[in-house]
Amino acid sequence: MDTSYAAVMSRKNEILRRGTGIDYQEYEISPIAFNYEGLMASPQYSLNDAQKILKETGVGNTPLVELRNITELVRSISPPGKGGRIFIKDEAANPSGSFKDRRAGLSIHHAAKLGYKGVVAASSGNYGAAVASQAAKRGLKAIILQEVYDSRRVGQPEILEKTRACEAYGAEVWQLTVGPELFYIMLRVLEDTGFFSASLYVPTSILGIETLGYELAQQALQQEGRFPDMVVITHAGGGNITGTARGLKKAGGHDTVVVGVSVDLRGLHMASDVDFNRKSFTTGHTGFGIPFLTLPDRTDVPRNCARGLRYLDRYVLISQGEVFYTTELLAKLEGIERGPAGNTSLAGAIALAKELDREQILVVQETEYTSAGKLPSSQLTFARENGIEVRGGNPRENIPGKAIVIPERLDQIEVEDFDMEKIRSSYIENAAKKTKDYSPTEEDIRFLAEDSKSTTTSVRQTIRALSGKK
Amino acid sequence: MGDAKEGDLVQIHRIILKPDQRPDSLPESTKSVPYECWIKGFLLGREASIGEEVQIETFVGREISGVLVSVNPAYDHSFGLPQKELLSIGRELKKT
Repeated sequence: MDTSYAAVMSRKNEILRRGTGIDYQEYEISPIAFNYEGLMASPQYSLNDAQKILKETGVGNTPLVELRNITELVRSISPPGKGGRIFIKDEAANPSGSFKDRRAGLSIHHAAKLGYKGVVAASSGNYGAAVASQAAKRGLKAIILQEVYDSRRVGQPEILEKTRACEAYGAEVWQLTVGPELFYIMLRVLEDTGFFSASLYVPTSILGIETLGYELAQQALQQEGRFPDMVVITHAGGGNITGTARGLKKAGGHDTVVVGVSVDLRGLHMASDVDFNRKSFTTGHTGFGIPFLTLPDRTDVPRNCARGLRYLDRYVLISQGEVFYTTELLAKLEGIERGPAGNTSLAGAIALAKELDREQILVVQETEYTSAGKLPSSQLTFARENGIEVRGGNPRENIPGKAIVIPERLDQIEVEDFDMEKIRSSYIENAAKKTKDYSPTEEDIRFLAEDSKSTTTSVRQTIRALSGKK
Repeated sequence: MGDAKEGDLVQIHRIILKPDQRPDSLPESTKSVPYECWIKGFLLGREASIGEEVQIETFVGREISGVLVSVNPAYDHSFGLPQKELLSIGRELKKT
């Protein structure tokens, strides 16, 4: 069989249909709209089923812990009466050390049920380890494809740790150089093996995360007698926001404000061999966060079930130095040592809690394990080795790819609000661009409004404004 | 004598795409270099020396070929050096 780049890419739809067991064509409505809820319901698991299946492999039921010392400090720098109570969902307590076990758990169960002998996932992060761990528990083979090295064969310590973790769980790991051809390799491996595609963006992946949103809402209600007023979520591909928000709603938390946080890496090119090692964060950053909100259907499956913009109330950015500072703070003041990437949302929460009233509850919905490679000290050592300036000072002086500025005081931690209307507008622009001469129907307008958490009036206005620009 | 004998844990290297086989949409810095890959597994069949084309059995039992680059490869990522900008965090807050 022809394994050239062009030939494999041309067989994409057939390979993915076999690899996911889903005929995505069935859910297409028009060049713009598709039946999202129909696709989400296709694997036929209720939230209750998902909880039971995850429990079989020890996933979920992680503690919701109040960060009393950090809350107290935040109050000391907040306006009178302000400073909400900060809680953290300690997802590092999952088997492979992150919430990604929820994301992998249901998919791997589903793969086993459908009779696949193994699974393939493309991930340089916690998800790869979660797939490898869950596959081990279910007796399936796992192949993990990781973007690890630049062309000098230099790799970030955080990703090298992920290679180690995946191999510790018995997976075959492909350590690849920088490039979007990761998808091409995934298709080739799927074609060679006939394994299941444990994509981050299939329905079972998002259904697994719903258990996290549901659980934290229930815990807040049981422990504190109220739903969280705000849930703060580290945002990359959108799955964490989507699953958590859906679970929250299923628990009844309709008034909870859903906030996404990404590390600000604006200006660095994600497919660049040179920029690759100028990032000190390998996920949870704007390089994924912004494009996945404005064009969600850009993944390794025809339709992405992770649709962050559908559920997001607010999107804020934080700098690398602020996340490293917060990681230290969590260890020193709360006795909880966790990995920096998972603390992106906690760094955002420190700034956001200042806006909340004292009785209000803010939940940071994840932590991740820490180890060699996944520590402020190893990541900053690597940054310095790669020519990044690291210093203490005002974190507003952070320059992605050039300077990491570690705050010297808690009150220097601030978030930058990203304009949601700008995101919605480029989401609609991207949807229109893909379809060229097609003019959207009423159903398409409704879909776009729902998919961008907006109104049909506003979608029409944006479309009019865009056609005026042409 | 080869560097590795049958059954040893080894690492192989493969060039998956040469620069001219990579998509044109890539940034120049990426398009100008090959797309490469490293995989670990157990050496199959015979003794081999670094630089030779070999066959391995991966951790999930698949057979893959490539150029032998390392025998008993180590994980060498570390905890890094202490960072002076981080050392004071928490301590000063506790004093107040």
